[in-house]
Amino acid sequence: MSLTHEQVRHVAMLARLGLEPGDEDFYAEQLSGILAHIDRLQELDTDDIPPTAQVVEIVNRLRDDEPRPGLTQAEVLSNAPAAVDGFFRVPSIQEEA
Amino acid sequence: MTDPTKLGIGDLQRVLRSRKLSATELLAAHVKRIEHVDERVKAFLRLTPELASEQAAAADRAFESGEAGPLTGIPLAVKDVLCVHGVETTAGSRILRGFRPPYTGTAVSRLFDAGAVMLGVTNCDEFAMGSSTENSGYFPTHNPWGLDRVPGGSSGGSAAAVAAGEAVIAIGTDTGGSIRQPAALCGVVGMKPTYGRVSRYGLIAFASSLDQIGPFARSVEDAAIVLRAIAGHDPLDATCSDRPNDVQRDFDAGVKGMKLGVPREYYEVEGMEPGVKAAVEKALQALQGAGAELVDVNLPHTDYGLAAYYIIAPAECSSNLARFDGVRYGFSDQDASNVTDAYMQTRRLGFGAEVRRRVMLGTYALSSGYYDAYYVKAQKVRTLIKRDFDAAFSQCDAIVSATSPTVAFPLGAKTQDPLSMYLCDVLTYGGNLAGLPGISLPCGMSDGLPVGLQVLAPQWREDVALRVARAYEVASGVKAEVAPL
Repeated sequence: MSLTHEQVRHVAMLARLGLEPGDEDFYAEQLSGILAHIDRLQELDTDDIPPTAQVVEIVNRLRDDEPRPGLTQAEVLSNAPAAVDGFFRVPSIQEEA
Repeated sequence: MTDPTKLGIGDLQRVLRSRKLSATELLAAHVKRIEHVDERVKAFLRLTPELASEQAAAADRAFESGEAGPLTGIPLAVKDVLCVHGVETTAGSRILRGFRPPYTGTAVSRLFDAGAVMLGVTNCDEFAMGSSTENSGYFPTHNPWGLDRVPGGSSGGSAAAVAAGEAVIAIGTDTGGSIRQPAALCGVVGMKPTYGRVSRYGLIAFASSLDQIGPFARSVEDAAIVLRAIAGHDPLDATCSDRPNDVQRDFDAGVKGMKLGVPREYYEVEGMEPGVKAAVEKALQALQGAGAELVDVNLPHTDYGLAAYYIIAPAECSSNLARFDGVRYGFSDQDASNVTDAYMQTRRLGFGAEVRRRVMLGTYALSSGYYDAYYVKAQKVRTLIKRDFDAAFSQCDAIVSATSPTVAFPLGAKTQDPLSMYLCDVLTYGGNLAGLPGISLPCGMSDGLPVGLQVLAPQWREDVALRVARAYEVASGVKAEVAPL
């Protein structure tokens, strides 16, 4: 199947991925090419086949819930592109009233 | 004495223990080799000289006091997706430029505890997405056996470093073939363990249900020693098994009486080069000569592996890479006027073309209206592929094939056509989708370039894969060698 420009823009917004001029054409073509190969999955009858999310028998191996030291605030912020007063700084999320 | 950059762990341990060579001198020999060849190979993104000197000095103290372990003093290269405390770790991506992890991942910690000496961080495809290391956000790595050729990928830097004699051992990660395929193309040994054998704590995630960490080395035995050091239960990874760490059991028992499966589908894949097929068929004869019985098996869903993989892996990647938002670490577009725009511009500018392509593909496959048709369908096909292997392993102990249908291809040959690049791993996806251990080891040359032999074994039977690989190495006399540079 072939993707429309509108679909490309919709998926890019879902992925929070900015597009450059010409990207709609680029992704429509590239993704359609890959999906054309992937569409061969539809040849298989899988009605009675359960899906596999992970392949080994390990289920919810949990460790004991004992307190242990985590990272310090300074360590957590040490890689932050912008930090203020012990917080991560981001652009405004809401317009000022 | 022989040039120490050509030796394996066993020989090096002997000279180190005899004190004829110190760990500091061994480190210096490797640094010299890196200075001599890495301008051409470009295996390393960055070196860690201070850490290396400290670790080599500690190794020398351990030899003094008689407390040396199996990897004490052994020079190690680490793929740029494994977090090392304080060492810039970027997943080959511009978006993580400058990121210094506040902790060290389990596999690397265990190698440090075993005494290894970290030389530096190796190049890879961005977020381990690629089969040639050309998707690195920094520069491509060159194949030590042909500098105009790719080293494979995504762990191309780790494979090339070991092939070029820049490191004795390396670790990488394998999500769809990213250890085995570069090992094949660079003429070294590389192993992907069973999913859950090695803790993924501290691994920058690509596709969490497929990713595994594993070793590179120039002999099967060295790969086994590294695997044994990194394997085993870790409370910091809920998918890591507490099964016994028995990967080296019966290592030298040979293949006499073993049944080795030969899946026709793996010998007839699209693009299989005659030279590769011939080398692998010769390897089958050597294994037969060593007493193995060859049996025909079928993996009927082989043709669907790539399609299932290219839904599941991008879906998981689109979810995992959501964390790169420019807020907590890495590159951030600070000029945006609102938070959504900041996310979108950070990710547009920070991610390279292949990563963006896979994030788009994965997001599409998981989006409302397409989830069942793509993601659930691919998960069902994953079940069929797993059942193929279950049926095959009811008839044989291990499966033997080529690792890659081709030898190393020229740089730039496949960069414009993603599907042709994806086909590089057509013989390795199955191992990840079914969670199997798989090893690639050299089995000769074609057109002057290395050919890799792949041995796949049932889950948790690394011992079987290693035993078959070892038996082939002994029977054939074909060994990984340092590329002449």
